[in-house]
Amino acid sequence: MIPSKFDYVKPASVDEAVRALVDAGEDAKILAGGQSLLPVLRLRLAAPSVIIDLGGIPELRSISEDGDRIAIGAMAPHHDVMRDGLVTQHVALLAQATATVADPQVRHRGTLGGALAHADPAGDLGAVALALEAEFVIVGTSGTRTVTAADFFVDYFTTAIGEGEILTQVRFPKYTGWVSHYEKFNRTAQAWSMCAVAAALKVDGGTISEARIGLTNMGTTPLRAPGVEAALVGQAATAEVVRAAAEHATEGTAAPSDADAAADYREHLARVLTGRAVLTAVG
Amino acid sequence: MTTTAEPTTLEFGKARTRKEDARLITGRSRYTDSITLPGMLHLVVVRSPLAHATITGVDKSAAEKAPGVFGVYTAADLGAEGIGLPCAWPITPDQKAPPRPLLASTTVSFAGEGVAVVVARTAGEAKDAAELVEVDYDPLDPILDMEAAAQDGAALVHPDLGTNVSATWVFDSAAAGTGDDVAAAISAAEADADSVVVRRRFRQQRLIPAFMEPRSVVVDPNGEQVTMWSSTQVPHILRTMTTVTTGIPESKLRVIAPDVGGGFGGKIGVVPEEMLTLLVAQKLHKPVKWTETRSESLLAAHHGRDQIQDLTITAKKDGTVTGLDVHLYADMGAYLGLVGPGVPVLGAFMFNAIYKIPAYKFTCTNVFTNKTLTDAYRGAGRPEATFAIERLMDELAVELGRDPLELRKQNWISHEEFPYTTVCGLTYDSGNYEQATDRAVELFDYAGLRREQEERRRNGDKVQLGIGISTFTEMCGLAPSRVLGSLAYGAGGWEAASIRMLATGKVEVITGASGHGQGHETAFSQIVADQLGVPFEDVEVLHGDTQISPKGLDTYGSRSLVVGGIAIVKAAEKVVAKAKKIAAHLLEASEDDIEFNAGQFTVKGTGQGKAIQEIAFAAFMAHDYPEDMEPSLDSDAVYDPENFSFPHGTHLAAMEVDTETGRVTLRHYVCVDDVGNVVNPLIVEGQVHGGLAQGIAQALFEEANYDDQGTLVNGTFVDYTLPSAADLPSFTTEHVSTPATSNPLGVKGVGEAGTIASTPAIVNGVIDALRHLGVKNVEMPCTSQRVWRAIQDARGTATQETPVDTHSPGAGLGSIDPNNPQGEIQ
Ligand SMILES: Cc1cc2nc3c(=O)[nH]c(=O)nc-3n(C[C@H](O)[C@H](O)[C@H](O)COP(=O)(O)OP(=O)(O)OC[C@H]3O[C@@H](n4cnc5c(N)ncnc54)[C@H](O)[C@@H]3O)c2cc1C
Repeated sequence: MIPSKFDYVKPASVDEAVRALVDAGEDAKILAGGQSLLPVLRLRLAAPSVIIDLGGIPELRSISEDGDRIAIGAMAPHHDVMRDGLVTQHVALLAQATATVADPQVRHRGTLGGALAHADPAGDLGAVALALEAEFVIVGTSGTRTVTAADFFVDYFTTAIGEGEILTQVRFPKYTGWVSHYEKFNRTAQAWSMCAVAAALKVDGGTISEARIGLTNMGTTPLRAPGVEAALVGQAATAEVVRAAAEHATEGTAAPSDADAAADYREHLARVLTGRAVLTAVG
Repeated sequence: MTTTAEPTTLEFGKARTRKEDARLITGRSRYTDSITLPGMLHLVVVRSPLAHATITGVDKSAAEKAPGVFGVYTAADLGAEGIGLPCAWPITPDQKAPPRPLLASTTVSFAGEGVAVVVARTAGEAKDAAELVEVDYDPLDPILDMEAAAQDGAALVHPDLGTNVSATWVFDSAAAGTGDDVAAAISAAEADADSVVVRRRFRQQRLIPAFMEPRSVVVDPNGEQVTMWSSTQVPHILRTMTTVTTGIPESKLRVIAPDVGGGFGGKIGVVPEEMLTLLVAQKLHKPVKWTETRSESLLAAHHGRDQIQDLTITAKKDGTVTGLDVHLYADMGAYLGLVGPGVPVLGAFMFNAIYKIPAYKFTCTNVFTNKTLTDAYRGAGRPEATFAIERLMDELAVELGRDPLELRKQNWISHEEFPYTTVCGLTYDSGNYEQATDRAVELFDYAGLRREQEERRRNGDKVQLGIGISTFTEMCGLAPSRVLGSLAYGAGGWEAASIRMLATGKVEVITGASGHGQGHETAFSQIVADQLGVPFEDVEVLHGDTQISPKGLDTYGSRSLVVGGIAIVKAAEKVVAKAKKIAAHLLEASEDDIEFNAGQFTVKGTGQGKAIQEIAFAAFMAHDYPEDMEPSLDSDAVYDPENFSFPHGTHLAAMEVDTETGRVTLRHYVCVDDVGNVVNPLIVEGQVHGGLAQGIAQALFEEANYDDQGTLVNGTFVDYTLPSAADLPSFTTEHVSTPATSNPLGVKGVGEAGTIASTPAIVNGVIDALRHLGVKNVEMPCTSQRVWRAIQDARGTATQETPVDTHSPGAGLGSIDPNNPQGEIQ
């Protein structure tokens, strides 16, 4: 299917991109991997007048170590993220979740920044960014600002990225030595999550000393499960403890209902998957 | 003389890779949309978003002024208001068949129905302009529930008809004299303490054929003959039906089906867009192309299945089945498709399947609703029937406390009983259910898996194991023309073939079958190579163009080999007979003394002989040939089958069900099919694997969902969940062979077998895994949510209703935000 007419620009730097964005006004759209934007354009659910392609800015693809953080360029494709040595070593949960996204074709095109900026509550990477307390680097005409994950996700398809702004980098604290698992539940192998749970834990001598639990598709944004985290911390990582902790998974959630899963079933899944995510993580 | 190689062994039975694949997988194929003609215009259809509404106005003015637009037309503008697309299958003399318009003029009857067309220089301009066509609608209440629609006093899809019931078709074995009275069998069983009566209702959900290449049409009106390229399974039928529909003389129309990327029955119709493209091309005197988008395809191309099945089976407590009564509602959608009303009728003869059932009655009520029409989809009627009887046999086994496989064995036709005339009056020519079942049971380790199942039940494992069985047969190879006549079908069932022996010894085979992914070019070349004793590489198979293949009835119903292939054999026999005469003449021998073997005509008892290529050359030169014949080996044949073909097989599925989440996993699938003699085992395996995937998809993954306004809510591949290879295990497929006795090659059809057989095997397996928890049924598709709710219900835990009117997550197309129902990204 054919999108409506649009102009296309491919800036060579972030500054140029910001200028192009401001020049184009509110009708502009940024193109990253196009894996979410193009279907929307082709179905004519959106008809921007200008498309600004970030594909001509090589530095946005870089993945690097920056002190106690791993800094990932917004344009780093899923395929790179999940294989990068720094990511697998220090932010293993992100690599694990990214590996469950779609299929190899989509993972070669789709980007970390695009997925997070798109902010589909069924997307897998938001819950990970939230649980791991990532920081979002956003550039606009008035300079660069950094937003915490807790502030980044605002609503369905809505983030803290303002008009005329571009997400350039996502920075993850290092979770070196933590155990983690992303437990995803979907209709078919390559489908989006009906519900998924991201779990990262620090286990010292059999006792859970820190826990981060993120939930996918249990509300209008990715969610943390603080009740589960609190119930785990300080406890031995036994099946019983985990099962009891998982009962808190749906506290504060607002599960959507759709044809694949009504809210009650999603809530049930969230509890079951939380237990499985934690148990798999601790092995 | 350019003979490539000496044929040494038989081609029949060789697992050759397909000769058509090289072009199909290297981008050298020609699909309809690849055709670009000078000056060609593009057509886009403006479709109704509403399922049921009165059209109160169409404002074309803005669209007409848009860049590149040549015209915007309603039915009236095209003079098409009086044109209705044909239904070729009046299943009863009083069948109600509302005119199926090319474009709706006053009332739209399903969401996706065309209202106007826009024609422009480019497809993009046509699409842009289509958005500017303003159609005003007065919404009407949509009629969506087929069962409610069939009741007296229901609101009507077509008020002129006075009813939503299109036809009621009955087969009664007592009336037909082929069996006993089922009503009597049921009352006898009810009165008999030594009998059981099992009643069940099953639902065949609505499916979307989901062929890979979307539909496309190109019409070139210039030249003496109008040429129509279409992504169709049925170029010959399309030509005839276009004549019937538009009045264009058949002789003035050439239809070409170039490479066609799948159909599964979904391209068996004759569709409004084909006629509209023709009318617009003729009106503008320019070539015109229409290619649908994927969403248009899911919305407006015909759907399949969609039946409610009410079934009653009676049996003696010793397991002997005594009667079967079948009541169907079949949702036709808003109009009748080309063969849509006959789809359930094709199933009517298959509910008794492989079993000896003395009394049988089938009643089907075809109903109109405000939904997309239904028509043939891989198996067409037979998967529905097979599902019903194979599910019922499991239910009966539970009722009687019997092993389901043992119960089947007790009731099936044993191999000594063939040929066997069934309660429907069909004669099954050959089969051996014991052989296929024994092999399948062995490959599957049936006993071992039953033990594992027992153990898991005893331990209360989270993941339970179920064993699903389907011992199916089907009737295919459509079809003996006289039988079709007795069913009031609007055509015969023969197939045509021609063989041309070229001067250089190469062979052209022309078939009326119209392959669209099956591998005809390979299989037919193998057959001809053996028949004529020429190398496989020297045979070219031509098809899909009414100018090259003037006569044919195309490809559906697993007919291409068992009907089309036999026509080719008949034509080859004529070639050999002619060649023999010339050989005798040239070798100065009596025809009776000439033997033909492996391409050589030899004089008995001498070393003297001539190759068929030499004879072909001699016929071409025509310097020296017998007085009493024409100098040509070329031959035609039309073959009308004497019977259907009855492939069968035993399919076994090991299903794992996670009782915590409801997730169903197909762990292992074994099938042993009997498709008679096998021309090419690789092609057979491919057909079985693909067929299994489609049948399993019905059981686990697919359903076209409508909301209460009649909107298709899963109209993209994000929501209409097709499985991929990642969702399926590697299948264990084998075949055994009981050759068909009704054709000279002993072959049976294989195109639909996997789809027909697999669906009940999967669902039986899912229920078998949960039966001990009290679960008695799970509707298709057996999604994790449905399975989980079934478990909760069995435990007496109340759960919430599942809404179907919201989109699933994904790609910004769903995750429905109440404030942003379009899922538009901000
Ligand atoms: C078949 C299929 C299956 C999928 N399955 C999954 C899945 O299972 N799980 C999952 O998480 N995702 C899935 N996805 C989505 C995939 O992860 C996408 O890559 C992702 O959602 C969008 O990334 P993108 O780089 O393609 O962004 P684009 O599509 O190019 O952009 C998406 C949106 O973000 C905006 N945007 C992009 N980059 C920036 C930026 N740097 N600054 C500001 N705004 C920006 C765009 O303007 C647009 O609105 C699937 C996609 C497809 C096509």
